[in-house]
Amino acid sequence: MESRIRVLFLIALAITLSGCAATKNLFGMGDEEAPPPSSEPPGQVIDPQVERREIKEPAIDREDFEIGAFVGMMNIEDFGTDTVYGVRLAYHVTEGFFVEATVGQSEASLTSFEVLSGGARLFDDRDLTYYNLNLGYNILPGEMFIGEGRAYNTNFYLIAGLGSTRFADDDRFTVNFGAGFRFLLTDSVALHVDFRDHLFDIDVIGQEKTVHNLEGTIGVTVFF
Amino acid sequence: MSELSTTTILSTSRSNSSVWCCCLIALALLAFTPGHAEAADDVLRKVAVADPYLEMHTGPGRGYPIFHVVDRGESVEIVLQRTDWYRVRAANGVEGWVDQAQMELTLKPDGSEVDFAQATLDDFTNAKWEAGILAGDFGGANIVSLYGGYSLNPHVSVEVWGSQILGNFSNGWMGSVNLVHETWPDWRFSPFFTLGAGVIHTSPKSTIIQGEDRTDQVGHVGAGLRVYATRRFLLRVEYKSYVVFTSRDENEEVREWKAGFAFFF
Repeated sequence: MESRIRVLFLIALAITLSGCAATKNLFGMGDEEAPPPSSEPPGQVIDPQVERREIKEPAIDREDFEIGAFVGMMNIEDFGTDTVYGVRLAYHVTEGFFVEATVGQSEASLTSFEVLSGGARLFDDRDLTYYNLNLGYNILPGEMFIGEGRAYNTNFYLIAGLGSTRFADDDRFTVNFGAGFRFLLTDSVALHVDFRDHLFDIDVIGQEKTVHNLEGTIGVTVFF
Repeated sequence: MSELSTTTILSTSRSNSSVWCCCLIALALLAFTPGHAEAADDVLRKVAVADPYLEMHTGPGRGYPIFHVVDRGESVEIVLQRTDWYRVRAANGVEGWVDQAQMELTLKPDGSEVDFAQATLDDFTNAKWEAGILAGDFGGANIVSLYGGYSLNPHVSVEVWGSQILGNFSNGWMGSVNLVHETWPDWRFSPFFTLGAGVIHTSPKSTIIQGEDRTDQVGHVGAGLRVYATRRFLLRVEYKSYVVFTSRDENEEVREWKAGFAFFF
């Protein structure tokens, strides 16, 4: 009997003490104790050796640049029409705007005066070379269809810019503007048809005047 | 998802030079190979559609019609990117153009959100490199300039300039190195001050008999404004005052105004 009372007393004491231990932190009493780190977690049978696989994502192929060559005819005012050829590099900023750098070369034919006078030349170096820095805008994007099953994306763009033309032994500040048509054979290859007017001042034939030099070209470009 | 993650393999990263080579070869052999200038074993990035659907346009532009829709949960491969448009290939092989806004709502193979890097005002402030084209007036002559810059920190950058000067009486070129200081680089309209030195070469026009070619040193101070436009694009306006250290008795002073645009990257 006595031992049973003792057992009950001990149980009651144990419950009270454990209760206090459990609640003492609730009121901010006692030290904050972290649960003792168990050296071997009970449920852990196998220690996983697998490292998390690092996923490296393939880079996206950006194709905002366009490089290509063109060839066509250029009329140099007073100096006839001759072949023009050159290269161009463009960067597409948005679906509408792009910037373009162009370098081209043509040759001046004889003026009527030079032909009639028989030999007297106004100047010797007959090459015309130019560079331009332009801003273009795809004003009419569209599609073209060949037959039933083929569609090609196209762009009609307006373009203008400035640069310099080396002609008749001088560099001449040049403004150019025009329009072009881009026909995309694939997503990366395009055909171009371009018309530009190059304006610069020239004083080779007496008085200084602003001349219009019309140029029509066809070209091929590749996006990269 | 598990099916997606197994398809992601380490990429064969293509260097810029190989892209250049591909382009040049493609250009040379254009008549025979009118196709993509990319290797056949290229691994493409895959993303899963998280929106109810992904709309495919026939071309990279707002106006092109939607011709195909990919449902939620399906995955697409990104073939290429042009400006804000992505050419994607669906599992059934259909290819079309998807805009940036929709691509941002797709998920990576591991289920996390895709971060399609888009330049922001932050990049405008912190970008390391910058290049641009400006044109304007240089003491009555026309000037066309090209520059490249490198930021030492958001406030200070070093720039190298090359200019062609086209006047009525003389032409020339100028090269200079500038130090640029931006007081408030995080502003959309960010003013700057600049200081620099360089070389100017002038040659009189051929129709004017007198005069000879000259090369002189120049120093300049200036101020201007960089304006963040959109994407990687910024507008730039500036004024510079040059002193040309001539071999004659007195130095020449030239004022210059220029405006143009630039990119940062």
